[in-house]
Amino acid sequence: MLRFIIKRLLLIIPMLIGISFIMFVIMHLAPGDPASMRYGLNPEVSESARADFSRMYDLDKPVMVQYALWMKRFLFLDFGRSLIDDRRVISKILSRLPATILLQAVSLLVIFFVAIPIGIVSAMRRNSIFDRVMTILVFAGYAMPTFWLALLLILVFGLRLQWFPISGMGPWYTAYLDGFARARDLIWHLVLPVAATAFGALAALSRYTRSSMIEAMGENYVLTARAKGLPENRVIIVHILRNALLPIVTIMGLTLPGLISGSFIFETIFAWPGMGRLGYEAIMNYDYPVVMGVGVIATFLTLLGILLSDIMYAVVDPRIRFEGKK
Amino acid sequence: MNKRMIFGVTIIAIMALTAVFAPFVATHNPLAMDLSSEARLQGPSAEHFFGTDNLGRDVFSRMVYGARISLSVGFIAVFISLGIGVFLGGLSGYYGGWIDTIVMRIVEIMYCFPTFFLIMMVITFLGPNIVNVMIVIGLTSWAGLCRLVRAEFLTLRERDFVYSARVQGVSDMRIIFRHILPNAMAPVYVSATLSVGSAILVESALSFLGLGVQIPTPSWGNILTVGKNYIDYAWWLTLSPGLAILVTVLSFNLIGEGLRDVLDPKLRERK
Repeated sequence: MLRFIIKRLLLIIPMLIGISFIMFVIMHLAPGDPASMRYGLNPEVSESARADFSRMYDLDKPVMVQYALWMKRFLFLDFGRSLIDDRRVISKILSRLPATILLQAVSLLVIFFVAIPIGIVSAMRRNSIFDRVMTILVFAGYAMPTFWLALLLILVFGLRLQWFPISGMGPWYTAYLDGFARARDLIWHLVLPVAATAFGALAALSRYTRSSMIEAMGENYVLTARAKGLPENRVIIVHILRNALLPIVTIMGLTLPGLISGSFIFETIFAWPGMGRLGYEAIMNYDYPVVMGVGVIATFLTLLGILLSDIMYAVVDPRIRFEGKK
Repeated sequence: MNKRMIFGVTIIAIMALTAVFAPFVATHNPLAMDLSSEARLQGPSAEHFFGTDNLGRDVFSRMVYGARISLSVGFIAVFISLGIGVFLGGLSGYYGGWIDTIVMRIVEIMYCFPTFFLIMMVITFLGPNIVNVMIVIGLTSWAGLCRLVRAEFLTLRERDFVYSARVQGVSDMRIIFRHILPNAMAPVYVSATLSVGSAILVESALSFLGLGVQIPTPSWGNILTVGKNYIDYAWWLTLSPGLAILVTVLSFNLIGEGLRDVLDPKLRERK
């Protein structure tokens, strides 16, 4: 087990190198450089000031040299400085990361605690009205442009009904509130972003739970359990649920890339001060070091999540042995 | 064909006809502005079915032309990803060995990467326009297809008809593309149909963020951008493009599911 974890952790390294290289090359293949983005329309800026700016951020060197320099600093978790405000990229990201992790973690919890019960009930009362309504909702969920859902949530619950705030993590006076009021306020602000973030995965996971349950229900050991005269509750909870929920653990890993991809959109729509919005703004501003930093951290988080779900899979299912695989 | 599939095919047929005959369907010039205050941000009426936007343009006509963008991006992006996915998946499944290892590594990277960020980056740095959007979506969405084709090839390559072709001295490329591929296409059609829907979703999200089709060219995504800015005064700007995206993607998904039932009864969900 430990060997497997270490092996997988080591595999993250070549993945990060590959992905960072791809991103780096794409960025530098692009026409338009940060210096002209920044000073292009300003006649006051002399050629030499522009050259100074480029030299300061190594932008005058060939791409490969720049990548090597970037890699060297990356080994010490130094992503350089932002081209926009000259703050250290790592501290910029670290200041935004908690907001993103909070949003993602709450969304994941909501996805699991809502989708799994829906899937179970749908499977147990197959073709009931509940199941049919859920099937329709699931189809809608697959096809839903979730950023549009976010807009609808803002329109209905934020602007018309005025139930929930539509942007940010809290009002300016948050810092002056006491712990309880602050937490309540934060939860208040989380409702709409979480609803938008969770929706897509909710549909997929509840569908997955349903079919996994249905499959488990048809197994012979369920028939045996019933034949033994076990109470129905026990059959469902111990025999069906346990086996049906196993594969769902792996789905957690697969929902993560989608959630992180979504954070770039939803954090922008809801003005959530997280890493996704930082990344979006950095892209818009041609802020190379920040783009690289956000990309690498986002990838790392995704890989870590996938690894975690693999490990959890091994823990919950003793039949899985990673050593002898392949 | 079940009822759901018929619904899907009907909707897509209507959308496709609308896109092709956009100039005849549209009631107004989608680019014609009217900045007088009584023309801007009007609600739906007999004159303007879906109202007007902040520059007094007719939203219905913009939506009609937007159908061209969404459908063409959806189809072309999927063609690109089909090309790559089928080619690499076929090679990988047929030859195995180091080709397979390399291809599968790349596929794994594609799975782990928050692709939307990559797409956003590429589009921004290479220039936001519809051609780049198609290419980038295609280049980032082939991993699933590739896996699927590979899995099919792994079983098919051991079949007798492949041996007999090889004994007759048929070239590898011919075996891969003329003998094995046609037998591997059923799940590919299903998956490709579903991909058209997701490509449309990605395009609309990009246009919404200002990274896709650029104004004044209308697309469902960039109508929504305007909708977001005027969400408090003009709900029709937000409602109609979103619904159009939802219904179109839903239809593609229904067709995909229907195709699955028709082409491969084994995959049918137990009812």
